[in-house]
Order: sequence, then C-alpha cells, then structure tokens
Amino acid sequence: MTLAVEAPKESFRLSQLIYDTRYRSYTIQLIVLLLFLAFLLWLTNNTIQNLAAKDKDISFNFLWNRAGYDIDQQLIPYTNDSTHFRALLVGLLNTLAVAFLGCILATVIGVFAGVLRLSKNWLVSRLMTVYVETFRNVPLLLWIILAFTIFSEAMPEVKDFKVTQEIVDSGGSPAASMTFFDTVAITNRGSNVPAPLLTRPLGGFTVGGIPINLSVLATIALLAASIWVNAGLRRRAKAVQEATGVRPVTWWKSLAILIIPTVALLVAMGLHWEIPGFATGENGVSKGFNFIGGITVPHSFTALLIALSLYTGSYIAEAVRGGILAISRGQSEAAYALGLRPGRTMNLVILPQALRVIIPPLISQYLNLTKNTTLGIAVSYLDLKGTLGGITLNQTGRELECMMLMMLIYLCLSLIISSVMNVYNTSMKLKER
Amino acid sequence: MNQDLSYVRQDMLVQQTPPVTERGLVKWLRENLFSTPMNALLTVLGFVAVVLLIRGILPWLLNGVWEATSLSECRAIVAANAGEGAHGACWAMVNERWNQFIYGFYPRELYWRPTIAFALMFVALAPVLYYGLNRANAIMVGVVGILLVLALVGVGTDGQHILLAAAIFVALTAVAWIAPKKLVWMTAAFPFVGFYLLWGGSVWGPIGVLAGFAIFAGVWLALQRAAGVVVAAGIAVVVAAVWWLVIQTTVTTFIAALLPVGLDAIDSDQFGGFLLAFTIGVTAISASLPMGILLALGRQSDMPLVKTLSVGFIEFIRGVPLITMLFTASLLLQYFLPPRSNFDLILRVIILVTFFASAYIAEVIRGGLAALPRGQYEAADALGLDYWQAQRLIIMPQALKISIPGIVSSFIGLFKDTTLVAFVGLYDPLLGITKIVRSDTAWKGIYWEPYLFVGAIFFLVCFSMSRYSMYLEQKLKTDHR
Repeated sequence: MTLAVEAPKESFRLSQLIYDTRYRSYTIQLIVLLLFLAFLLWLTNNTIQNLAAKDKDISFNFLWNRAGYDIDQQLIPYTNDSTHFRALLVGLLNTLAVAFLGCILATVIGVFAGVLRLSKNWLVSRLMTVYVETFRNVPLLLWIILAFTIFSEAMPEVKDFKVTQEIVDSGGSPAASMTFFDTVAITNRGSNVPAPLLTRPLGGFTVGGIPINLSVLATIALLAASIWVNAGLRRRAKAVQEATGVRPVTWWKSLAILIIPTVALLVAMGLHWEIPGFATGENGVSKGFNFIGGITVPHSFTALLIALSLYTGSYIAEAVRGGILAISRGQSEAAYALGLRPGRTMNLVILPQALRVIIPPLISQYLNLTKNTTLGIAVSYLDLKGTLGGITLNQTGRELECMMLMMLIYLCLSLIISSVMNVYNTSMKLKER
Repeated sequence: MNQDLSYVRQDMLVQQTPPVTERGLVKWLRENLFSTPMNALLTVLGFVAVVLLIRGILPWLLNGVWEATSLSECRAIVAANAGEGAHGACWAMVNERWNQFIYGFYPRELYWRPTIAFALMFVALAPVLYYGLNRANAIMVGVVGILLVLALVGVGTDGQHILLAAAIFVALTAVAWIAPKKLVWMTAAFPFVGFYLLWGGSVWGPIGVLAGFAIFAGVWLALQRAAGVVVAAGIAVVVAAVWWLVIQTTVTTFIAALLPVGLDAIDSDQFGGFLLAFTIGVTAISASLPMGILLALGRQSDMPLVKTLSVGFIEFIRGVPLITMLFTASLLLQYFLPPRSNFDLILRVIILVTFFASAYIAEVIRGGLAALPRGQYEAADALGLDYWQAQRLIIMPQALKISIPGIVSSFIGLFKDTTLVAFVGLYDPLLGITKIVRSDTAWKGIYWEPYLFVGAIFFLVCFSMSRYSMYLEQKLKTDHR
C-alpha cells in the first residue's frame, strides 16, 4: 500500500532570508538599497551643510553674466563682453573641433601604421613598431607639451620675417621665411595660414546668436548631394556587374560628379586665398608689427591636434593590426586560390571581415581622444575644460555648478559618440539569424 | 647482376651553391626589402627617414655634456668641444636635478625611506609576479637588496640605515630561499609598511589600521561555528568598522603618548617626481583590480539593483575625462565630505584615480567573463559550488587569464595618467618638476632634455609592464595551438 505523501509544507523562517538562495538576493538588495540611500542622504546632507557654511547656494544664473575674458580661438563670434554661457559654447566648439579633426587624422595615421606594420618589408614594419611602441608607452601629456614647446620656442619670432631697411640695402633676406610655397608663416606665436575669401558670398543669417554662413552651407550641401549621386552611380554599376558580369567604367564619372559641381560653385562665388604677409612700404620694407590677412592658428591647437592624433593613431594601429591578424590565414589563401591579386584580397576579403573586429576598439579610441582633449589645459587651449571648468569656474567660484555641468556635457558627448558609432557597428556586423 | 649502364651516373654530383640571388644577404634583401617596386620605394623612403633622423640626433647625443651648472655653460662647452654652431645635449641638467626628478621635495637626509619602500615593493610583488618560481623569488629579492644598498650609498645615506636595509634584505632573502610561501605575509603587510616609511608619523597609526583587520579575522573565526559564515562575516565587518571609526584613534593616541615610536612625519606637498607617480600609480593599480572585479561581477549579477548601480557607476566614470575626476578630488570633495574634514590631497587623488581605473578594468574583465563558455558556469553549479566558490575556483581564473592583456594595458594607462595630477597642484615629474627646472634661470630654454629623460623613464616602466604581460600570457597558456 502506498500513501501519497505530501511534501512537508515548509513554513517560512526568518533565517531563510540569509541561508536560502531563493530569498538571499532580496536580503542583499535590501541591504544595498539601504546603504545606497544612506550614502546619498549623507552626501546631500554634507553638501547642504557645507554650502550653508560657505554661504553659497546652487544656481546657474552666473551663466548669463558677463564673462570678461578673451578666447583666442573662437569658431563663433565672442568678445569678453559675452556671457559665460557663450564662453561655454565657444569652449565646447573648440573641444569638438579638435576632437573631430583628431579622430580623422588618427584614423588615417593608425590605418597606415597598422597595415604597414604587417608589411613584409622588414625596414618599414620595424619603423612602424618603433612608432607604435614609442607613442603607446609615453604619457600623452608629454607629447602635447613637447609639441607645444618646440613650436613656441624653436620657431622664429614675428620680427624675423620682416624685411627691414638694412636687409634691403645689403641685398640679403630676412632671418625667417615662409613655408609651403610662401603661404604659411610659422612664428613662435602661431601659424599664419591663408584664409579663403569669397568675392560674391551668398550672405548669411544668425540663429540664436550663432551666425550661419549660407556659402559654407551651400558648399557642404552640394558636396553631400554629389556624394549621394555618386553612391547611386556605383550602385547602378554594381547591378550591371551582377547582371552581365561586366562592370561599366565609373572612375571618371565618379570624379566628375564629385569635383565639378563643388568647384563650379566655388568659382562662381569667387573663391580666392588671402595670404598672410606684412604691409609693404616703398622698396619692399615691411611695415607694422604683425602679419595681416590670413588666419592665425594658435600653437595650442596645432600642438594638441598633432599630439592627440599621433598618440591615438598608435592605439588605432594596434587595433587595425589585431583586426587583420584575427582573420584566419585560410581566408587569404582561399582568395589567392581564386586568383585574386594581393591588393584585391586585402580590399575584398580581409578588410571587410577585419572591420568588424576593428570597429569596437576604434569606438573606444574615439571616445578616449575626445576625453583627452581636456589635456589642452596644459598648453592653455581654451576648450570646454578651459572655459567652463577653468576661467569661468575660477572667476565665479561656483565649483559645484561648473563641474556638474561640465561632467554632464562630457557624459552626453561620450554617449552621443558611442551611440552613433554603435549604429555603424550594427550595420557592419555579420547578419546572423 | 652487373650490367654496364654507361648512361647512368655512378656517383652523386657535388651539391652546387645556390645562385647568388638566392642566398645570403642578397636573398634576404630581395625578399624583405625589394620584393616589389612598391616595397623598394617604401624601403628607400624608410631608409632616407632613418638616415635623416640619425644625422639629426646622433651628433646631438654624442656632443652631450654631463658636467655643467647652467645651459649657457653647456653650450659653451659644446662649442669648445665640437666647434661653433654644433648642437649638443645638456645632460648636466639631469645630472644636477636628478634627486628632484626622483624624490621631489622630500627631505634629502630621509631619502632612504622612499628608497627602502621602493625596494620592498619588489619583495611584496615577488610572490605575485613569479608565482610558482620559488628560486627566482629568492634571487630577485637578493638582487633588489644589493641594488638597494648601492642606491642608498648613491643618495648619501648614513651607514646606520644602510646596515639596517642590508640586514632586512638578508633576512628577506633567507625567508625567500627557505620558506618562499611565507613571503606572502610581506605582500600583505606592505601597504602599511610602505605608508609608514613614506609619510612617517607615529608607528601606531598604521598598526591601529592593521589591528582592525586582525579584529575582523578574529571575530569572524570565533563566530563562524556558532553563527554561520555569512552572519559571522557581517558581524565582523561591523565590529571592525566600529574599531576603525570610533575606537582606533583614541587607543592609538593613548599608546602613542605612552610609547612615542615613529619617524619624522612628511607632508604630502613634499612628495614629487617619480616618487609621487609611483605612489599614486602602485596604490591605484593594486586597489583598482579587486574593485574592478567586484564591479564586473556586479554588472553580471542577477540582482537588478546591484546591476543598475554597477552599470551606472561604470558608465558615468567612463563617460567623463580623468581631469574632471581629479578636479572633483581637489575642488568638490570639500562639499561632499562632512564639514571640517580635510584629508590629504594625495589620498583623495588616489581614491578617485582608483575609481577611474576600476571602471575600465571592470569592462575588460566583463569581456573576459563574456568570453567564457556557458558550460563552465553550469559545470560549477553541477559540482554544487556556491557563488563565491564557483567564482574563485572556476570562473575568475579563466576570465582573468583571458583579460590579462586588457588589464595590463589599463595599468599602463593609469601609470601614464599619473602625470595629470600636476593639474591639481601636485609635483609630477613631467609637468610639475620640469616646470620648476625650466623656470630656473640657469636652465631657462631647455626643453628636449627634461622631456626626453622623463619620457624615457616612463617608456621603460610601461614597456616592461607590457612585456611582462606577454610573458604571463605565455606562461598561463594551457590550450594547444
């Protein structure tokens, strides 16, 4: 005879909260929650007490006060009469400018160095190894400061470029001369580069205090349109190739579509370059104390850009090398067996697969570069850290607000970059079920 | 059967040497440098670049001056030796300011303290670095001891302290030779010994903190039987916390009044140069690894609250630049901490740098955890291991092994980032000390030499770390390939 024995009803005991794995996680989470809340309470309490002791409050009204300091590199109009908020915007744009250009340069350098490091050429691969190891193992700060110091101490002074009466009399030439076919003057203060000028500009308007230049906008729009048309052309060529096996010749059409409309627009607007130089008086003697015309790029920007892109480039080179090495040898052997030449093997077989491995570390390198632009304060580059977290903070004494705002902006910047790159990553990913 | 086959050769031909293009240097050159026109072009370009570099740098290095008191004197010596207009490095600056680059403003007669602490660091690292190579440990400890004595003589320490250091290292070498496992106790004690040697003060402070750990262990062991592991650990944590926060100060001040034993106290603003970089770097590195592991586990956890907090912490820290964290340490902590609490700037910086590094390490370890096959977790469960046993015995050894390259490159990044502390007013070797040197009238206008010198030391440290990680990877490799 068998009796159906019911499982003994377990009554809930308090000790189960600790010793039963089913309930333990609730206990732990409750404790964590309590500790976290207590911590928050403690922080807020301390902050309130400290603020009261210093007779301060939390308010962001200082953003609308007069900033009262100058910024030597400004992408939107700014004077020292502008508000702190305006200074913040200028700083943010400076950060973005150096980060954007740095990412592009670093990618170019990194891809070159990474591919060349795998080259069969003994000398070239060794040279690239030396480059990568040197830059990866020395602090970025050193490269920034070194680049800046070399620019500002080893470059000639402005007065060395001047043609004085004695030079004219003796038939000599000034102590320093301009480089790049006499268009760029690198002095110890900054690089004077030619400025693009338009004789027939399209005008512009301002939105919320930020001027919008219609000529630039039109050029960019035209360029984007040409790229879009070119993509359509290539798509059609591919379709023809898949249908017939013969790819129509597209390169000259592509070139024409990409170049002719933009150049035509620029010519129509009357683009010409204003080359920096001294005002010259009679018999070629220079007048004045500084270059006129052109754009003066401060050395802080150039040094930061060069150092950031060389440093990050060495990391990207490693990512590229790792990505290419991660593709199994069988892939290139199969490509050779199909009769593809080495160049096409790289372009059609290896790189598309390697790209999937390369993109995730590339994203984090772009993020690192963006965050590393803050090191610009070592060379007084007024980026977001220099304006909002530097001079504004020191002038207003509002540490809490400035630091919070700055951290928030950097956090948003990082999130935006990583989400944009993640979209790209997903689109490149192997489509699986 | 002896046929005469006159058309068959009777003896072997003498082996011919390969054609000249297929042997020796020519073959190597053809294969490695001039295999295609493109390669040949690259080679020529690379060669020209190397020649230009050497032509620029070599005379400058060879004309280097080691003995001078100012930059102008240097230049005069170079001009006298190598002719007018010649360039030459002025290493005399490094020679003269060496102590400042290494020790910052640490009192000169106390240089033996950081030096001994630095040497003891290697002893503390020995069981970790060469885990399982016992004789190598002893040899390393011995070599470090000899180097230490030489270094102490070099910085002009008095004989008493040199003898003390020598005695300590003879004892440690003996321990390492006879009972290598015992060296782990040195590793455990090093944080306290190192702190005491560097900052000085009363000996009872570090001992009091150490006693807290002893109390924790004692309570835990005593209650383990009666109350069970988890509850005992909880009670022990509470008791130790009460000791540290409430009782310790009273007791240590009392004992210190009775038995005033201690070294001269050193202020944090006297730290500088590589002493500072190493203090921050080594502390943050050793503290960020355990914290990173905990954060990675928290991020993988099934408990939503723990997971959310870990993800929030990691993503916040990874989203902001390190400089903002450092400025938080120097500017904002005064708001977040209780009023009138003011603790050391170096300590604050170390804590925030540790947070920063641990978020990056957590992400690296998360990658390692994700790379483990699901079967490893299930096998651990099937064996009846609880969570921590499974982590300790099955998961972590494999996950950490996978993540070694990433972890070490985070460490290298952290060590390089110690230079950023210059922005909050500490004297790091790169910005802080070099600025002081360059603003001295004797050395005004010098820039290549200090940066090259500091860069070379950073390169040495970081490069050896990355080589060590390669060695470790090779040693721990268990798969067959």
